[in-house]
Amino acid sequence: MRTRTAILVALFAGLHLVLLFAGFIAPYDPTTQNRELPYAPPARVHFKDSSGFHLRPFVYAWTSVRDGDQPDSSQDSYKEDRSHEYPIRFFVRGPSYKLLGIRETSAHLFGVGEPGKILLFGTDAYGRDELSRLLFGGQISVAAGITATFIALLAGSILGIIAGYYGRWIDESLMGITELFLSLPWLYFLLGVRAFLPLHLSTIRTFFLLTGVIGLIGWARPARLVRGVVLSSRNRNYVLAARGFGGSDFYLLRRHILPETFGLLLTQAALLVPRYVAAEVTLSFFGLGVNEPVPSWGNMLSTLQQYSILVSYGWLLTPACALVVTSVIYSVLADVFHSRLKSYSTEKK
Amino acid sequence: MNYLGRRLLRAVLLLIGVSALCFLFTEMAPGSFFDEMRLNPQISPETIAALRSHYGLGQPLLVRYGRWMKSALHADLGYSIAYNAPVAPLLWSRAKNTLLLTTTALLLIWMLSLPLGVWAANRRGGLLDKMVNLASSFLVSIPELVIAVALLAIAVRWRMLRVGGMMSADFEGLSPWAKLQDVVLHLALPAFILVLCETAVIVRHVRASVLEVLGAPYVQAARGFGASPARLLFRHVLPVAANPAISLLGFSLAGLLSGSLLVEVVCGWPGLGPLILEATLSRDLYLVIGGIMFSALFMVGGNLVADIMLLAFDPRIRREEADAH
Repeated sequence: MRTRTAILVALFAGLHLVLLFAGFIAPYDPTTQNRELPYAPPARVHFKDSSGFHLRPFVYAWTSVRDGDQPDSSQDSYKEDRSHEYPIRFFVRGPSYKLLGIRETSAHLFGVGEPGKILLFGTDAYGRDELSRLLFGGQISVAAGITATFIALLAGSILGIIAGYYGRWIDESLMGITELFLSLPWLYFLLGVRAFLPLHLSTIRTFFLLTGVIGLIGWARPARLVRGVVLSSRNRNYVLAARGFGGSDFYLLRRHILPETFGLLLTQAALLVPRYVAAEVTLSFFGLGVNEPVPSWGNMLSTLQQYSILVSYGWLLTPACALVVTSVIYSVLADVFHSRLKSYSTEKK
Repeated sequence: MNYLGRRLLRAVLLLIGVSALCFLFTEMAPGSFFDEMRLNPQISPETIAALRSHYGLGQPLLVRYGRWMKSALHADLGYSIAYNAPVAPLLWSRAKNTLLLTTTALLLIWMLSLPLGVWAANRRGGLLDKMVNLASSFLVSIPELVIAVALLAIAVRWRMLRVGGMMSADFEGLSPWAKLQDVVLHLALPAFILVLCETAVIVRHVRASVLEVLGAPYVQAARGFGASPARLLFRHVLPVAANPAISLLGFSLAGLLSGSLLVEVVCGWPGLGPLILEATLSRDLYLVIGGIMFSALFMVGGNLVADIMLLAFDPRIRREEADAH
């Protein structure tokens, strides 16, 4: 059990560190186009050439060959140009970027010498490096999920506390509204709310708009759960005692009632983050979210709506794989939180 | 007021709430729906002003809402700016396809998850239980979009099912039997995706509700009196476990409709989903509101059916009714 938790925590931290340091790990800028290399397949990393085995891995450049048999074929296929090897070097200088959004630097984890290109996950329609886009896109998608979760939990817990603590008509009307929000198919709702907001905005405004909308729709469930906890802890003896000693409402909430909701909020956060990452991805997939050329997992996947691309270029599915990895890590985490919370509350009884 | 009356009132209140919420959002939106039109040099400001007054967008929120409400009662949900046609028939022609897809999926989901969930709970810790647990917890944590895209890729690659749309290009020339076959083959992929996504959720709930009843003292008592396992399950456990399962049917509709929107867009199924998405992209106000209302209507309708089933299956509710009178 302990090792499993340790592995989980390591995976969780690893995922976020990789995304946080996307600029360092990604070899290229996510928006740099290589028009001569559209839909290049993932590079093959070699250790052996005609002269034998090398300890330092290397890649070959792709040269495009038009299919001679089909003159009308617009699709390029690629062949490795074996005349020149590009050894992979670590800790190299590359395109400059802002590390953690603060420091201008050009250090990269790995790269190859010019004019070689290292395209580990292939390229998209404009020849942009899929790996770099995946990492930078992940930054946006996961950050959107976390921000939206924060908004939903903040709004949900404030309203839940108000409803649970003050009760009566406030409680009834607030719970009526949550029922309204819970009973709607959320995707219809999301599209609806999105329809009333401007489509083309700067990335940063789109980001906050999206997270705001997703959080706004998601506040209802946390509000109900928090209300339940507050309702049950409001009349605990120690709360009544504190009230008897003259504790104000604010003091009681802060000191005695809020801490009761933390476990619940943590579990909810682990449940909601992957769901909201998926919501951002879905909206961007529909073309309603983050706009090109800024990558997000959603708009990277949206080219796959054309069946021919979906079938021919399998490496463009990598954002979907990344999304699955993120979701699985978070949902296992939620499971762990949930079982901890349950065992804690049964112990207390 | 009796049980069904209360439920009906709740449904109506819910629909009113949804429509009010929609109009509230239109008010909160910055800018106007004609902003994009205004950028178009081919459309004169007079035309836009005329359109504004025609659609009543100049009036305050409450007046607009009142007017919309009044016409909505006559099944008139407004006018689509992009399609230049009344919204209601437009939505209805698509809603039929969404209904076809979701009811097919719903039937399959319950046909699968009821036996699986009951069996898994009854043989708790057995092989099937473990398998169901593992598969459902894996599927639950995978986003629907990924499942849809992955299955679509598989289906296109191996040319197993007909992909895209609802009918083949030569549909009109086919015999009735071939027509049916064609629609079923087109329906198979989106329905399968939905079944895969939703069954995982529902199986877990069914299993949990059966398990809860299995642990109840009265079931232990019945077991102590020597009731056979089959009698225990069918006579004592299932009727009681049916209540949460039927309530779940109502709740699960929201998820199913959301999933259906996504799947319809990905698979090109001509349901409400692609229409709403288009309307959202072209900011077609009344079409979007109408689409949300339709989805809410489906939800409320499904919940009412669940309520009626609850009344039919759960003697406790009938008893409450009788006591109340």
